[in-house]
Amino acid sequence: MKKTIEEINARIKTGKAVVVTAEELIPMVMEQGIAETARNVDVITTGTFGPMCSSGAFLNLGHPVPRMKMTKVLLNGVEAYAGVAAVDVYLGATQIPETDPANKNFPGEFNYGGGHVLEELVAGKEVLMEAMAYGTDCYPRKKLEKMIRLEDLPQAFLFNPRNAYQNYNVAVNLSDRTLYTYMGILKPNLGNANYSTSGQLSPLFNDPYYRTIGPGTKIFLGGGVGFVSWYGTQHNPQAPRDDNGVPTSPAGTLAVIGDLKQMSPRWLRGISYLGYGASLMVGLGIPLPVLDEDVVRFAALSDSEIFAPVVDYSESYPQGLGQVLGKVSYAELRSGEISVNGKKVPTAPLSSYYGAREIAAILKEWIMQGEFLLTAPVFNLPRDKGLPDYRSLVFPAEA
Amino acid sequence: MKEKMVLYFPSTVTEQPFIYYLVKDFNLLINILKANINPRKEGRIVVEISGEKTDFAAGLDFLQARGVKVFPLEQEIIWVEERCTHCGACAVICPVNALELNRTTMKIEFHGDRCVVCEHCLKACPSRAMEARY
Repeated sequence: MKKTIEEINARIKTGKAVVVTAEELIPMVMEQGIAETARNVDVITTGTFGPMCSSGAFLNLGHPVPRMKMTKVLLNGVEAYAGVAAVDVYLGATQIPETDPANKNFPGEFNYGGGHVLEELVAGKEVLMEAMAYGTDCYPRKKLEKMIRLEDLPQAFLFNPRNAYQNYNVAVNLSDRTLYTYMGILKPNLGNANYSTSGQLSPLFNDPYYRTIGPGTKIFLGGGVGFVSWYGTQHNPQAPRDDNGVPTSPAGTLAVIGDLKQMSPRWLRGISYLGYGASLMVGLGIPLPVLDEDVVRFAALSDSEIFAPVVDYSESYPQGLGQVLGKVSYAELRSGEISVNGKKVPTAPLSSYYGAREIAAILKEWIMQGEFLLTAPVFNLPRDKGLPDYRSLVFPAEA
Repeated sequence: MKEKMVLYFPSTVTEQPFIYYLVKDFNLLINILKANINPRKEGRIVVEISGEKTDFAAGLDFLQARGVKVFPLEQEIIWVEERCTHCGACAVICPVNALELNRTTMKIEFHGDRCVVCEHCLKACPSRAMEARY
């Protein structure tokens, strides 16, 4: 059984495409088998809604009169990087105000940061811009204070260098003091185990060899439409894989881009991790075209068949020792309790499975209504340590 | 009967031993979960009171007659659902399972009756969906 993207798009346009979420696919495959399901289903939707620190937006703030070459820009007190052209800045999700005491009074609260500014912008709220410059013949203005709104900015796009991590650590604490980490609060002596992927719904878990997801793939991003733009930072396709081909430790990542003006505060949410910092929760969903049975085979893997490494955040992670205390399945994680070193440990997700489920459902709806056509990747994401194969413009690529 | 509640003591009565009277004169069992006096000398305690129904009612009348205000516990800690992302980070921090991740819907549920106003959730919630109001 083979289908092409063009055939699938033709079915989407006529409203005939059969679309299911990666979660709905699992019982279908159990009942009908892979071959039958691959014949019947055209598109599988995935989703994830979790903290993604490596996120931010390029904003063009518009030229004031007289013109200005901004060298320092604060948005609601949060600095945006201005070392690009005159009124372009990059606002990063984890940037905190200069006035924030950070961890001086440990653990710091980090109630506000770049992620919160992004959330306020997409919510349509006014944000205070303070800009400074040294002044030039062509850009004489040296100072500007102004309330801005997203709708008034000439251009604004989210550009996240590392999102949608394919698998991630389960964080535990073997020490006798509470830890405050980007994986949340970790209580001493294995008090809890925190994890952060949407498992069987997560985009790259459903396409473990990046057969259909790559630069150019059209996606749901922050409530709007975006694209995969590159392989993400720390993309590590060489991570160990199990017999199903699914990585058992953090592996692939995606750099993604999308128009901030289409996005919603429902799916871009400023967040604060006690003692760690500010960040952004990003909603991201990717459709998988059912080009062959292998697309279904990989996407049908359920939480009981995908595994995450348990890592101690008191010693192994901060010291970079690479020690793993064991592997646990996402089914165990989602049940609320895992076993580590013979002890029962309660689990908590930091990534919203409920949100992931909703994103996969929204994307399904967009596709079923004929509003969202699929795109093939322009080239494949690297599957080994080498550079991506820019010549692999033929689709589908070989697995 | 048994109920958790919040008692507010105006500064004029903060120094009176109300708990002693509740135990001695009204035969009530008192479990103090939390207590503090603010800089304006107003007192506030979170208690669980149990006893016979008539004793319970008489005890509360006694408190209110002397200016102590009685509030139900659920009004203390508020779950702002529209800010909640249903991530689940709070579920292992809440010591009494007042915040619970429903494993079927994968949504957070807030059971105000279980809350003991420890306030750990306020800062454990990444999207700051929990608020204290008093």
